[in-house]
Amino acid sequence: MGNNKILAAVYGPREALPKHISDPDRAIIKCRYTMAPFSSLEEHGRPGMNRRAIEISKVTKEVFENVVLLDLFPGNEVSIFIEVLQSDGGTRAAGITCASVALAASGIPMRDMPYAVSVGKVGDTLILDMNKIEDNYSNADMPIAINPRMKEISLLQMDGELTPKQIHEGTEMVLKAGETISKLQREALRRPYEKVQEKYQASI
Amino acid sequence: MNITTTTEQYIRERLTKGVREGGRDLFSFRNINLEVGRMPNAEGSAEINLGNTKVLVGIKLDVGEPMRDKPDEGSIMTGAELLPLAHHTYDAGPPSAEAVELARVVDRGIRAAGVIDLKKLFIEEEKAWNVFIDVYVLNYDGNLFDAATLAAVAALNTSKMPKYEDEKVVRENMGKLEISNICTSCTYAKVADTIILDTDGNEEDFSVARLTVANDEKAVRAMQKGLGGSFTTKELDTLVDTTFEKSKALRKIIQGIKGD
Repeated sequence: MGNNKILAAVYGPREALPKHISDPDRAIIKCRYTMAPFSSLEEHGRPGMNRRAIEISKVTKEVFENVVLLDLFPGNEVSIFIEVLQSDGGTRAAGITCASVALAASGIPMRDMPYAVSVGKVGDTLILDMNKIEDNYSNADMPIAINPRMKEISLLQMDGELTPKQIHEGTEMVLKAGETISKLQREALRRPYEKVQEKYQASI
Repeated sequence: MNITTTTEQYIRERLTKGVREGGRDLFSFRNINLEVGRMPNAEGSAEINLGNTKVLVGIKLDVGEPMRDKPDEGSIMTGAELLPLAHHTYDAGPPSAEAVELARVVDRGIRAAGVIDLKKLFIEEEKAWNVFIDVYVLNYDGNLFDAATLAAVAALNTSKMPKYEDEKVVRENMGKLEISNICTSCTYAKVADTIILDTDGNEEDFSVARLTVANDEKAVRAMQKGLGGSFTTKELDTLVDTTFEKSKALRKIIQGIKGD
């Protein structure tokens, strides 16, 4: 997404460890969102989890708890790792869109493939998917994750100043953007297989 | 396989009839009892009893270096402690993700609403006031978000302001901390397909999705959705409108409390 460079990796379903956190009725999701120390345009960050990363990991985990068919894998865990290598605004949203594809690509059964994007406000204008510079001049930021099939909101955060009308318009913008983002996600999923197919066809 | 407990069944059955514990309806708060100045050593403090949820907030001010990206402003730091004595699931140790989320959501509302004008906390080059907001959960019975936000804003609203004289913080004959705005929050949860305001501990156990909306008189200032469930956009619009209606009474509570 723009200048963001984000990797997402998925492991599992595998035995949930440590044992005491496992749930005998369903799988649990683990999520770790981290930013590389060199990822921002500004000063050097500290590696690993700060309070911001802990919160983002938690809300991201909740997005995928909503769609993964957890009942199928009791006692197991699905781990999602999101690593922001270069950041340019809206990294939590881009991370979710990316991890969603990683989950689908690894064949983990889901009832929907979520995407996320942020709505910001500069002056009185709502804008979609702010980059870092726009973010610096914005007076509101509202990241949203959507399950596109049912149009449900599975992540919503906001800070700044928005009227109820702007919140309504913002969510509409996110739903509309979903048509493009979901399409890109499906293309990304298909791409490796198309390459194999091309190779195969060239060989016969 | 889903095992339905007696409590869950009881809550579900009552919710379908629109009734809740204590006879309140789906969109009312439990009794709120808010007292300020309980901890006189702190610059500001407030203790809230929201039903059986009990939260204490302490405010301290200290002089330190401004944040590097905001050299002409003071800063706010919000922490939350889920004390092991408050609930059987709370453990001692570094803050859990739950505690970090609570602190950050309270912080976000206060910061976005500009409850404190950070520019006014600037003292001189490389010196500014840091405001420490510490949320102590003393007893858990649901809805920590609204309890903590109410108590934190009430504590700030009645907090004293130390002086800075001859490179020292003087905590004698303190004036009042200047407050620029008031914000409150309303937290909703989806329990068995019904949306309710201000969940108690039992209702929270069976909540699938949670939404906190923090606002001032004019606009929404912060939001946070939590838990593994979801909301529709229509539900979001309704809850935002409900918040403006419900927050009037909350704001009155804070404005009605005068410190000494």
